[in-house]
Amino acid sequence: MKGGFITTRLNSMLGWGRKFSLFQYPFITACCGMEYMSVACAHYDLDRFGMGWTRFTPRQADMLLVVGTITHKEAPVLKTVYDQMTEPKWVVAFGSCAVSGGIYDNYAVVQGIDRIIPVDVYIPGCPPRPETILNALIKLQEKIQKEGHEWRWKRKKY
Amino acid sequence: MAMEKEKILEDLNQNFADNIMSVTAPFGDEIILFEKEALLNIVKFLLKEPYAFTMLLDLTCVDYKGKKERFEMVYHLFSLSNKLRLRLKARLSEDALEIDSLTPLFKNANWLEREAYDMFGVQFKGHPYLRRLFMYDGFEGHPLRKDYSLRKQQPRIRLRK
Repeated sequence: MKGGFITTRLNSMLGWGRKFSLFQYPFITACCGMEYMSVACAHYDLDRFGMGWTRFTPRQADMLLVVGTITHKEAPVLKTVYDQMTEPKWVVAFGSCAVSGGIYDNYAVVQGIDRIIPVDVYIPGCPPRPETILNALIKLQEKIQKEGHEWRWKRKKY
Repeated sequence: MAMEKEKILEDLNQNFADNIMSVTAPFGDEIILFEKEALLNIVKFLLKEPYAFTMLLDLTCVDYKGKKERFEMVYHLFSLSNKLRLRLKARLSEDALEIDSLTPLFKNANWLEREAYDMFGVQFKGHPYLRRLFMYDGFEGHPLRKDYSLRKQQPRIRLRK
């Protein structure tokens, strides 16, 4: 990371603040949602990592969790939700279907949501184990910690 | 007083001797193969007491590509009072791909027929609102037909990469 002492400390502080206050928007379309619920509830307890706050409007959310199969019919909706989120924003592809289309290689299903929106973390599995999800979200936190405030001029490309 | 399955089939055969082509029971439940023009008459007959096949369990289509009569409509009927199932089949050729709608007799036939239209392109005469059910506006072709390419996709928005 370039910059002097003050800017690097500022970036570090921004990253620290952001990674422990991730407001999430769950975009749940399929059976992976069950696994998401188990992670978000008390047993695995996502709130330990500062991600427990679920916002059901994209305008207040930082992290878009795309949980489940995305069909071509649904693709414009997902795109709209992503566009409505304010910067900085992160996207997690949750489960095989969101990562690559999974077993649905056919006329209806988008072969991975990265064909529609940029993705930060991919979680494989059908459905993924809760431990896998926690691991992936901690990886996302590490990524956010390193990101700093460069998102202001380095916008993610479509 | 429940009716025997044999009696029902006998009555059907007597009333529609010209239209029914065969009655088989390969897997337990009877399959009645009939000419498509007789659909409404046969179903109306089965709806009445004492047969009372008042429930349309499913309605779908099968594509036998390569056969002379390519498509086959399948109707599953259930009689609540007799506790009997019956399967009706009619063959359609590709150039005359239409059959009477069952919507006047069964309300749930509406969406089932829209699905069959969406996936196979079967036209239903007398359907009140024959529009695609699953696929979106602007989708071309009928995806469950055997000649629809296996991985052909029709995205609604521009995809990345």
